[in-house]
Amino acid sequence: MQCPKCRAPMHTYNRNGVQIEQCSGCRGIFLDYGELESLTRLESQWAQPAPPAPPAAPAAPAAPQAYPAAPQPPAWGAPHAGHYGHRRHKSFGHMLFSS
Amino acid sequence: MPPDLLRALTAHVTATAHAHARDSVSVSDTERPCPCPAGTLTARDDTTVVHHAGTVAKAHAPGTDRDHLTPRLGTAAHLPGILLPPLAPTPVDLRGRLVTHWPHGTPVDPDDPDAAPWEAAATLLARLHRTPPPVPVPPMRGPAKAAHAVAALRATAPGHPATAPVLHAWATLPAWARGVAPMPDTATLCHGDFHLGQLVRPPAVTPTPALAPAPAPAREAPWLLIDIDDLGTGVPAWDLARPAAWYACGLLAPDEWHRFLTAYRTARGPAVPPDGDPWTTLDVPARALTAQTAARAVAKAVAADRPLDEVERSLVDACARMEAVRPSSPPD
Repeated sequence: MQCPKCRAPMHTYNRNGVQIEQCSGCRGIFLDYGELESLTRLESQWAQPAPPAPPAAPAAPAAPQAYPAAPQPPAWGAPHAGHYGHRRHKSFGHMLFSS
Repeated sequence: MPPDLLRALTAHVTATAHAHARDSVSVSDTERPCPCPAGTLTARDDTTVVHHAGTVAKAHAPGTDRDHLTPRLGTAAHLPGILLPPLAPTPVDLRGRLVTHWPHGTPVDPDDPDAAPWEAAATLLARLHRTPPPVPVPPMRGPAKAAHAVAALRATAPGHPATAPVLHAWATLPAWARGVAPMPDTATLCHGDFHLGQLVRPPAVTPTPALAPAPAPAREAPWLLIDIDDLGTGVPAWDLARPAAWYACGLLAPDEWHRFLTAYRTARGPAVPPDGDPWTTLDVPARALTAQTAARAVAKAVAADRPLDEVERSLVDACARMEAVRPSSPPD
């Protein structure tokens, strides 16, 4: 689908079982009916110290901690999702050191 | 690079190094293997850099203008705490190429990105940008070089699927960023080609006993900027734009970008507002450097007849996204 704001294509992501569409241009997020409630429900589960943090665990820890201090990339930037480790390969290392 | 230039430059740096050290080695001694550490540091089509012991000789690109290179060299000589000072104040001719001489420093380790001196780099750039040019210098060459990379892409890979998004992203940029109009800033001193390969630690100066009766504490030499080929006056945000572009393309972690930007602001660098959104000034140069880097990457991949790797694709993807979000300042 197209972003209603900037007309760039929107991509679907699955966040903890909730389908959200994010714009590849302005990075705005579109939620279907009921999805906000689902996210709120999930958030309240996060707040509880419940040990069985199920399949949601990998994505979650980085976001809430990093968010307040993290500087924002420009609108055309890539979605930052805490995956720098695997990108740190040779090609990237080389790029940091060349014109 | 012609092999005879490398041979001539190697002989030249050997002679210069030993003359500099007041050794009695003559040219005929180059027949014997010299015990000094020596080697080639860079051997690209346009630039050759060799070292012999503590002396580096750089053969600048063919067609380098002596009247432009000399004041750039003079700037480095005048700003020894920011730029690596040259060993000689003027370039010499060697087989039709201009050659400059430098002390041999220690570069940043490319195999250890975690050790990258982001704060030192940002502080040096802030200090450079705050320093009035000590001698009149030509404009910095960042936009001209980006334009060159995009022109090369257009010429060598017109049919590649990644070429169109790069060219479209480039076309949305203001004329100054494409190198076809003067830059809006003609007073600020800029490096023009900053990346992590442009930092070295100079060799440690051993204090003479008379000046330092007590043994000097072991202290690492501070980082300095090298490579004055593109140095000049211009838009200082250009010097921050490569890390900014890497960050925007998802290649540099937010933490490292934040460290770099914060150090630059702490050192009162003028390229970005002191607080608030830095992208008001970074957006256009970061787009230009993303397009330049993507253009070089695609041209290289086409020349090697290989597909783009993940990092290269992330640059092209960023160019594709730029179409949907035009630069904040309108193209002029």
